Amino acid sequence: MKAAVVTFPGSNCDRDLAVAFEAAGFEVARVWHKDTELPQGTDIVGLPGGFSYGDYLRCGAIAAQSPICRAVAAHAEKGGYAIGICNGFQVLCETGLLPGTLMRNAGIKFICKTVGLRVANEDSVFTAPYGLGTDIEIPVAHHDGNFYADDATLAAIEAEGRVAFRYLENPNGSLGDIAGVLSSNGRVLGMMPHPERAIDARHGGTDGQALFTALAGAMAEA
Amino acid sequence: MTEPDISPELIAAHGLSPDEYQEILRIINREPTFTELGIFSAMWNEHCSYKSSKKWLRTLPTEGPQVICGPGENAGIVDIGDGQALVFKMESHNHPSYIEPYQGAATGVGGILRDVFTMGARPIAAMNALSFGETSHPKTKSLVNGVVAGVGGYGNCFGVPTVGGEVRFHAAYNGNCLVNAFAAGLADADKIFYSAASGVGMPVVYLGAKTGRDGVGGATMASAEFDDTIEEKRPTVQVGDPFTEKRLMEACQELMLTGAVISIQDMGAAGLTCSAVEMGDKGNLGVRLRLEDVPVREENMTAYEMMLSESQERMLMVLDPAKEAEAKAVFVKWDLDFAIVGETIDEDRFLIELNGEVKADLPLKTLAGSAPEYDRPWVPTPAAPEMDPVPQVDPIDALTALIASPNYAHKAWVYEQYDQQVMGDTVVAPGAGSGVTRIHGTNKAVAFTSDVTPRYVRANPVEGGKQAVAEAYRNLTAKGALPLATTDNMNFGNPEKPEIMGQFVGAIQGIGAACIALDMPIVSGNVSLYNETDGEPILPTPTIGAVGLIADLDNLIDGQPRAGHVALLVGETAGHLGQSALLAEVFNREDGDAPTVDLAAEKRNGSFIRDQAQWIDACTDLADGGLALAAFELAEAAGVGVTLDASDIETLFGEDQARYLIACSFDKAEALMTAASQAGVTIQSVGKFGGSTVRFGTSEAPLEDLSASYRGVYAEAFG
Repeated sequence: MKAAVVTFPGSNCDRDLAVAFEAAGFEVARVWHKDTELPQGTDIVGLPGGFSYGDYLRCGAIAAQSPICRAVAAHAEKGGYAIGICNGFQVLCETGLLPGTLMRNAGIKFICKTVGLRVANEDSVFTAPYGLGTDIEIPVAHHDGNFYADDATLAAIEAEGRVAFRYLENPNGSLGDIAGVLSSNGRVLGMMPHPERAIDARHGGTDGQALFTALAGAMAEA
Repeated sequence: MTEPDISPELIAAHGLSPDEYQEILRIINREPTFTELGIFSAMWNEHCSYKSSKKWLRTLPTEGPQVICGPGENAGIVDIGDGQALVFKMESHNHPSYIEPYQGAATGVGGILRDVFTMGARPIAAMNALSFGETSHPKTKSLVNGVVAGVGGYGNCFGVPTVGGEVRFHAAYNGNCLVNAFAAGLADADKIFYSAASGVGMPVVYLGAKTGRDGVGGATMASAEFDDTIEEKRPTVQVGDPFTEKRLMEACQELMLTGAVISIQDMGAAGLTCSAVEMGDKGNLGVRLRLEDVPVREENMTAYEMMLSESQERMLMVLDPAKEAEAKAVFVKWDLDFAIVGETIDEDRFLIELNGEVKADLPLKTLAGSAPEYDRPWVPTPAAPEMDPVPQVDPIDALTALIASPNYAHKAWVYEQYDQQVMGDTVVAPGAGSGVTRIHGTNKAVAFTSDVTPRYVRANPVEGGKQAVAEAYRNLTAKGALPLATTDNMNFGNPEKPEIMGQFVGAIQGIGAACIALDMPIVSGNVSLYNETDGEPILPTPTIGAVGLIADLDNLIDGQPRAGHVALLVGETAGHLGQSALLAEVFNREDGDAPTVDLAAEKRNGSFIRDQAQWIDACTDLADGGLALAAFELAEAAGVGVTLDASDIETLFGEDQARYLIACSFDKAEALMTAASQAGVTIQSVGKFGGSTVRFGTSEAPLEDLSASYRGVYAEAFG
């Protein structure tokens, strides 16, 4: 299985995401934002956390216009898998691959702590290993994680069962306590919490591990 | 633009004394140009020249088998085995943070990160030690919010985890907050980069962000006391861009792999001036700069402004010309400036030209080495008068008062604004004495702590200085780490006052003695003087940042107490209450002497903890707040109650040194007791963990209530 992890200028969780993919058995290619194509045979693209382009203009807005994001969009449109974590989620929203947007946290402050999540979907490769209604603990670290979408979009997301994770105690004001959202085909996931920060016993929790190992399992079968 | 004439007023405005100006005339044998006056002012201010402190800093122990590089470079370096090195330093950004809290704190973090990655290290951990005025002071709330947001804003974006720090409040910081930023980075021991230039005619290259007018005169500002004109000094504060710094760091890491770097120096205080002079001086070379080639972001900048600008995220390097194309390609890749702005020359000259016109022509060696050095008069701090008796109080009432103070309340409100886990190697996050960071891809780790108790230092600078080092030693030890080395950030008032200079000298003596006894040499540091407003000094605050090594993470002590665990106290208790937290927070008194530090006992008890780590489930050092606060913190973090047998305030709140509190099972406690008697270490059972209350003697309160109060203080006070 092959994962491609994108580095934008200002990405700072790119290594962490690559480590998580590698630990799950992926062969990982690191991809530069100025690249115009993904490596041949890429099964899944990872858009990492960080502050792409300094979060200038709007979080993720400039990254969404970068050459590599055109390739990521083409990959997703062909039914390819992608995961965007934190800033990566913001980028996916800005590219239009995922609905909604991430606004400044309701409390205005940056917030870094481990939060409880409830798994809200069990039909995607990302969420199936947990099972519907399971509670897990994953760290968040963001300033702009307040998920917002207009009423019609939100209703559609809910109706299609595309909410992947909900906060047990909403830390940022997100509508519907939404912590992660899936594309309509279930193959693109954006989430504010950092599963790659919960993959090893020294992290203080390993609830993020199952997501990566399930991806590896699914891609190995494919 | 016409340059101002050199007048006594202009000289004074540059922070130069009439005597210092006479010295300039003697050195160059003519009147300096405006640019030259600025350059001298930049090189000779207290911040850059250490002119009041140098004599005493020289007395500190700086060597040891673990030391790869001691003070004098951008940061200190210690060996952590396996060919790896830890590069670290702590530095203050006090004055800028008081004037403009967000940017002042942010650029403090940026500056210390640059110091570390200039040497070839990738930053892996940060800490910050913050001191603010009392919460009732009208400026405190905005300073706390601004500084914490600034520290987070820079470090979070750059992508370095914050793993520790301190926050304190005291009226003595009302007019002068302290922001001390620490960073540590990892490098291969054989791939460290230094600042000494070598080779004649080698290109001097400007790297990073463009130069603007921000921060002109910043270092001189930071070397003066504050008064009511402070708002006018806002333009001397730099503006940070962590996004550029992140790219600059990545670009430098790639650049260093190309072999193009002969020497490299970050542009910090006094920017282009200090960095160029430093590289030339260390390499015994002259430097010629052509300022028209300096990348600028403002029009019509003068030579004076360019030489004194403190614009952030910039580096200066001496380049191997054979590798120019490769080096430049790295900077093009990261969309950063790369400009050859001069060269090294075979003369003792610092030659600055702008469009062919000579703006400064100074003897470089003299400029670097001739900064004045003062042996300032000092008087020893008088012995503290006998302390008034301390009345007994209900110990639970006393604890309740202590944890309602922001000095002892839970600090999550602060550190949850910092990214603690980026890079994926944080093993112990803030809030536990020391932070612990795994060395990526290995099973070893480094521990970090920052400590000082300023009340002690004011009462007794020598013992207070020792205590700061001893507490750092204990915090590292309590995690199972072997203390390796120290960085000192000396924050004091006006050194021209003999009593302030006496505090400084005493603290240095105490720190030096403790660093020798505990084998923690000082490898880097920073001095911040003139921390006074309208003549009122801060508490003397020599912040000690220290690092320790955990060679095998299986020896990490990071467990929690559980119901049924025994509470064991290591070390001797005499019940010292002078300058204690209890006095300050419960009785509003700051009298008595600081506790005496027995360095032999520190070493003996610390070795015992590390040697017996296998029997210890949880451990914390005892510091201010004594046994009562340590037991509460340990229990509260685990969500379990605790009972201590004692009920007298001397036993519960005394601040005797060289002590640790351990939680472990009964069987392990027996093993520890046996080992302690063999090692000649005092150990005793003082209570047990379990239940849902905190009980001291016959007094108790529900843990849940105490915890709610403890965790609610910051949100209540600071929003």
